[in-house]
Amino acid sequence: MNALEIIADGAHPLLTFVETTTGQRVNACYQCGKCAAGCPVAGAMDLMPQQVLRGLELGQEKLVLDSRTIWLCVGCQACATRCPNQVDLPRIMDAVRSWAVANGRQPAEREVRAFHRVFLKSIELTGRVYEVGLIGGYNVTSGHLFSGFDLALPMIGHGKIRMIPQRVRRRREVASLFRRSARMLAEDAKAEPSATESAAHGRGGDA
Amino acid sequence: MKQYGYYPGCSLHGTAREYAESSRMVCDALEISLRELDDWNCCGASSAHMTNPWLGMALVARNLQLAERDGLQEIVLPCASCYARFKDTLHALHETETANKVAELVGEAVSTDFAIVSLLELLSRDEYLADIRSRTKTPLHGLKLAPYYGCLLTRPQNVAQFDDPEDPQSLDVLLRELGAEVVRWPGKVTCCGASLPISRTDIVLKMADRLLTWAEKSGADAIVTACPMCHSNLDTRQGEMHRAGIGDHHMPIYYFTELIGVAFGHAAGDLGVGRHLTEARSLLADRLTPVGS
Repeated sequence: MNALEIIADGAHPLLTFVETTTGQRVNACYQCGKCAAGCPVAGAMDLMPQQVLRGLELGQEKLVLDSRTIWLCVGCQACATRCPNQVDLPRIMDAVRSWAVANGRQPAEREVRAFHRVFLKSIELTGRVYEVGLIGGYNVTSGHLFSGFDLALPMIGHGKIRMIPQRVRRRREVASLFRRSARMLAEDAKAEPSATESAAHGRGGDA
Repeated sequence: MKQYGYYPGCSLHGTAREYAESSRMVCDALEISLRELDDWNCCGASSAHMTNPWLGMALVARNLQLAERDGLQEIVLPCASCYARFKDTLHALHETETANKVAELVGEAVSTDFAIVSLLELLSRDEYLADIRSRTKTPLHGLKLAPYYGCLLTRPQNVAQFDDPEDPQSLDVLLRELGAEVVRWPGKVTCCGASLPISRTDIVLKMADRLLTWAEKSGADAIVTACPMCHSNLDTRQGEMHRAGIGDHHMPIYYFTELIGVAFGHAAGDLGVGRHLTEARSLLADRLTPVGS
C-alpha cells in the first residue's frame, strides 16, 4: 500500500525528469528481468536494471541515485534490443546519471565518475581526447597515481600513443557547447549550474 | 573515385592508428576517397551522453555543421562508438522539440540530411564486396576467425538500421569473401567492457577474458573487430589478464581492414599490425601464401 501512496502524492521530481527528458514510460516495465539476464555487467551491479526502473516508479530516489548500477551500465544496448516492452533502459540510465551529476550527488562509483570528468575535460580544453593527458588526469583525480602505467609504456613503445596532443582550431566553439549544455541540463533538472557542476570541478570533491 | 565525408574520431588518431592506416590503404585500393571533416571535434563517446545527453548531441551536431559546410552528405565512420553517437543524434534530431534545443546549443538549426555509414557497412555494399573479391591476391585460406561486432554497430536496431542486432552477418560475409573460415561462436554481440577499462579494470578483464575464452573454445585462431574500443579491451589486456591470474590468452585481434589489406597483398607491418600489444604478425606470416606462389 505504501507504494500506491507514494505514487499518489505525485512528488517524484526524478521520475518526472526521467520521463519528460527521455520520452520513456518507466511503468511500461513489467519486471520480467530479461534486461538483467542479458546484461554483461549485471554481476557487478548492486541493483538489477529492472530494479532501477521499479525504484524510480516507487519514488525510491535515494536507492536509485546512490546505486553503483547507474555508473556501471556501459550502454551496450543489449537490454534495449531485447526488452519485450521496448523500454530504452540505457537512455533512462543516462537521464538518472545526468540528474545525479546536475545535482552534485556523491557517486557510488567514484572512479567511473572521475573517468567521465577527466575525459570530458580533455574535450572541453582541446576539442579532442588526448590519451596521455587522459591517463595522467585520471590518476590525479582518482588518486590512483600509477594506474595504467604498465600498459602505457608498451603502448608508447608500439607507437599507439602520440606524445603531442591534437587540438581543434576553433576549440572555443566546443567549450561553449559545454557551458550551454550544462545550463540546459541544470534547467531540466532544476539545479543551479554554478552550485553543482562548476563547483564540483573546483572542489574535485565528488570525483 | 567516389568521395565520402570521413570522421576518424580520436581513437584513430591515437591508440587505433593501425585501424586508420589500414582503412586508408584499403579505401585507396577500392578508389574510395575519404575527406576528413575539417576541424572536427570529439563526439563525446560514452562520457558525454552518459552524464549530459544535451552535451552528447551538441558535440555531434557541431560535426554535422562542419559536414554541411563542406557539402558532405554521406559520412563514413570507422569507429563503432562515434558511429553510434552520430546515428543516435541524427535520430533524435528528427524530433522537433529536441532539434530546437540542439539548435539553441550550436547556434543554428542542424540539417538531418545526412547518411551516417560505418566503414563496415560501406565495404559490405555489393559493389565493394565484388571489388574486394577481385582484388584478393593472398586469400585468408586456413584462417579460422571469430567475427566480433560488439554492441554499437547494430544496436539499437531502430537507430542503427544495419544488419541483425543478435546475429549480424556482414562481417561474416566479408571474411568469407577473403577466403577465411568463419567460426560460429557465442560472443558476436557481447560487450567487451566498453568505457570501463580505466576506471573498473577488474570488470573489463573478466568480460574480455570471457570473450577470448569463447573464441578459443570455438576453435578460432583470432578475433576480428570493427571497433577501436573492442580492439583495445581485447588486444591490450591479455598480458594483464595473465598477471592477474584471470586467463592465459595469446589470441591475435585484428581490425577487419587489416585483413582486407593483407588479402590485397600489403605487408602486415605496413598495415600497422605490429602495433598490437598481443603479437599478431606470425599467424599471418605462417599461414598465408599468395595465390600462384
